[in-house]
Parts: sequence; structure tokens; C-alpha cells
Amino acid sequence: MTHSCLTRRDFMKGAAALGALPVSMVELTFADARENFTFAYISDAHIQYISGNKFVRNWDRGLIRAVAETNLLNPKPDFVVFGGDLAQLGMKEELDHGAEMLSKLDYKTYCVMGEHDYYLDLGKYWSKLYGPHYYSWDHKGVHFVTLNSILTYDDWTHERWPTAMQRMIEMAGLDNPNGSPFMVGEEQRKWLAKDLAKVSKDTPIVLFSHSPIQKIYKGWNFWTEDAEEVQALLQPFTTATVVYGHVHQIQYNQIGNLSFNAVMATAWPWPYPQSYAQAESFLPKLTVPMNRADPFFERDATGWQLIDVHSGRVALHYKLYNNADRTVAFNPATGRPEDRTYQAAENRISPQLHY
Amino acid sequence: MSTKIFVILFATTALVLLTVVMFFPQSETQADEFTEQDLARWQEEFMSVVNKGRELWVSPDLGTNGVACAQCHPNAANTHPETYPKFQQQLGKVIALRDMINWCLINPLEGKKLALDDPRMVAIEAYVTYERRGVPLEPGKH
Ligand code: HEC
Ligand SMILES: [Fe+2]
Ligand SMILES: [Fe+2]
Repeated sequence: MTHSCLTRRDFMKGAAALGALPVSMVELTFADARENFTFAYISDAHIQYISGNKFVRNWDRGLIRAVAETNLLNPKPDFVVFGGDLAQLGMKEELDHGAEMLSKLDYKTYCVMGEHDYYLDLGKYWSKLYGPHYYSWDHKGVHFVTLNSILTYDDWTHERWPTAMQRMIEMAGLDNPNGSPFMVGEEQRKWLAKDLAKVSKDTPIVLFSHSPIQKIYKGWNFWTEDAEEVQALLQPFTTATVVYGHVHQIQYNQIGNLSFNAVMATAWPWPYPQSYAQAESFLPKLTVPMNRADPFFERDATGWQLIDVHSGRVALHYKLYNNADRTVAFNPATGRPEDRTYQAAENRISPQLHY
Repeated sequence: MSTKIFVILFATTALVLLTVVMFFPQSETQADEFTEQDLARWQEEFMSVVNKGRELWVSPDLGTNGVACAQCHPNAANTHPETYPKFQQQLGKVIALRDMINWCLINPLEGKKLALDDPRMVAIEAYVTYERRGVPLEPGKH
């Protein structure tokens, strides 16, 4: 089923006045050059309502900039994905304001559910805007899937909190020990198994989720509880990729046949888990972290990505607003995603330090 | 010659010692010794301030726009208290941790700066530093 979150069209005027484009595009790659195409990925806008008609300016600016720059892409991407966390506390005001900004995209837009969109009303209002929480579609020979990966134990969701807002706030705190690990859940795993049963094993699969579908650091929910079960459904395919948001930073990994790529947020960057001195975490060894963000430049280490697709493999182009751009692409020679410049310690060209 | 002087000296010293002993009746314990109870109480006092700091860290009311420090700094990560004071190149001078706490309070939180001796400032410092315990001091490091 195809679903678009492009509810209104409203063309951006004056966007051309912007300077250099901080674009990280996604291009899917095919052996046959005809089949190559691109799409853009915008994620984690965290539109935050203050009161009256006031919203946090910083987060608004991030999304407005990403939308304006995506609209300037030439050649045009085939579509845009919004990777979840459109709102900060799932409020109607936030979702409406965010949807209004997203509606200015000139492209068909697919939306992913984030925990900040979900835990106030369990996705009801989001559904009014964007439809089903999980779905799949085919595009130029690639099978795309979107999951709602931020569900959790029923008990936590339904029994634990006196009010819906309390539940939302508890899940919104990344480092909150009262939170609960994300999961895809049995219902969606069953659906996914059925959905993939119709697809031949050599068809490239690209799956979008909000949480990583791998286990990196539980303390901050860089984590999906049933990651292994979901991975097992994807492993039989020769070419499969998961693109996820939530972590607000560049990450990439390879597990068997499965490539993983994370995207940046438009709102704010997050520290890498290893910068927390009191806990052990498992950032994939492959990942060369981003540089430290400069807080005096509020868009630093935020942004969006252009993805190009060749032979069903993705290459993410991260245009970093205040740093050297980076490209993370699948390297057929090594069979894993790699930064085209910043690679394993021994062959790094210049360090992307993270202190 | 000096037997007399010696006796006088001895007597004076004894007198002084006696005075000291009378002043500090428990002189058999050292002045800086403390009990398990003391340690427990001091730790409790310290942790109550750390916990206040954590409350402020996640509070939407510390600034004016509802944004909390924890939104960008989970577990106070990337605040690097062990590197302060340091030359903050964006400000062009050496500053203390509390100056940078105020900087983030004024900017991303659109708030008012705290007085440097405000108990809330002490609490935030206590929390930030506590989350970084065990990391060696590296003042000036970037
Ligand atoms: C919009 C996101 C954001 C918010 C909200 C935020 N900060 Fe920051 N802050 C940053 C970034 C980014 C850095 C740079 C991190 C680095 O150096 O790696 C930083 C740096 C710091 C540093 C100095 C670290 C260093 O070594 O230079 C301190 C201290 C700090 N923040 C405290 C706070 C406090 C206290 C609050 C709440 C009042 C707060 N921050 C809220 C983004 C934020
Ligand atoms: Fe997010
Ligand atoms: Fe998230």
C-alpha cells in the first residue's frame, strides 16, 4: 500500500536565496544505470509547542531549512521520507505545525512514526494526518517498507501512567530510567513476514524505521527489543538496508546481509553513547563518529540527507552545515557501508574527532 | 648551667600541653577522624544536591521555552566538566564550567542566567560532575 503524508501543497518562494546546500541525499544504486534514483530523508524535527501560537524557534528553523533546501534539489529526488519525531510531545498543535511545514515539500512524502509522535494518543492524530503506521510499496525495482518500531510492552503503555501526557513525558526523556525499550512487536512482524513472502529474494529491500533495529545502547533507547527477530526476516534477501532516525547522529553498520544507516536530526544533535562515562555501549565499530557540535552555531551537526540508490544499495550524502560533508556508501569490495573519506583508524585521511 | 632553664622549659611545656588537653577533651582521637555515620550523612547531603541538579536538568521550567538541558545532553553527556576552566574559543577567554552552563541556559533554553552562587547553579554543577565521575581532570583540554 502506498501512503503519502503530503496533505497540502504550498510552494516555497524565495528558497533560491539560500547559499550552499547542506544536503545528505540517498541514492539507490543498480547495476543498470537506468534504474538509479535518489530520495531525500528528513528526520527528527521535534516541533515543540510553548503556548499561544509560540513554538521553539530553534527546532522550527531546522525543519524549515531542511524543507527549503530539499525543494532546491536538482535533479529532483523521486520522493522524500520523514523519519519520525515530527512533534516533541505528540500534541495536536505540534503535529499540525510540523505537518504544515512538511506540506511545503514539492515531493511525495512518506512518513515514519517516532515515539514523540506516538505516546500521547498512541498515534491517533498522526494517523489522521498520515494514515497507517506501517506499510510497504515498490519503486523502480526496490521494495520499500515502513515500520512503527517504537512500540513497547503493553503493560508500560496501558497500565503504568495516570495520564496520557505523563506517559508521553516519560517516553520523551531519552535518558529517563522510567522509559521502556522500543519494539516492533508480533503483529507487525507477522505482517512483515507476509509482506516479504511476495518479494523475490534478489529484490533490494529498503526498510525505514524510527529506532535502529539493532542494539546499540539501551540506556538511551538506541535500541529495538525484538531487533534480531526483525533482522531474521530481512537476512534471506541478498540486498537489504535499514535506514533509521531517532539517534540524531551518523551511524552505520553491517550485520550479515543487512546494512544499517542512521540519519541526522533537523532539531539537535546527540552525543555518541560512548561519551557517557558511566555505561558501556555498543556503537558499531564501523561507524566513524561525527565531529563534536559547536553549540554557538545552532544548526551545527543537524541537517538532512540525500540518498542515492545504485543496484539497490544506498549511499547517504550528509551535508554538514559547519563541517566537511560526508558520504557513507555501501562498498561492494568490503561488503559493508563505509565513509568514503573517514574510514577505519588505520586508513583514515583525517580524524573526525569526538571527545 | 642549664638545668634550671631546662626545668623551667619543661614545666612550661607541660602546662601548655595540659591546657591543650583540657581544651580538647577527646584528644585521644585525631581532629580529622570521622565515623561511618558522618560519611553516610555527607554522601546523603551531596546526593540530595546532585538529585536537585538532575531535576533541574530535565525541567522544562529552567529556561523560558520549555526546552530542558537533558534534551541535548542525556545523562549530562558532552558537557565535559573535567576540561574546565578552559579557553572557550568562541568567547575568546578562559571560562569556568558555570559560565558555559549559563551560556546554554541563555541560548538554547532562552532563559536568564543564574547567579554564580545560586544553589541551583551548584546543584547543576554537582549533577554534571557526578555523571562524569571517574574521568581524569584535564583542565584546558578541548
Ligand atoms: C540545543 C541543544 C542544547 C541544549 C538544550 C543545551 N545544550 Fe549544552 N551544548 C550543546 C552542544 C551541541 C554543546 C557542545 C558539545 C560538545 O562540545 O561536544 C554544548 C556544550 C555544553 C557545555 C560545554 C561542553 C564543552 O566541553 O564545551 C556545557 C557545560 C553545557 N553545554 C551545559 C548545558 C546546560 C547546563 C544546559 C541547560 C541549561 C544545556 N547545555 C542545554 C547543546 C545544547
Ligand atoms: Fe528524535
Ligand atoms: Fe525518537
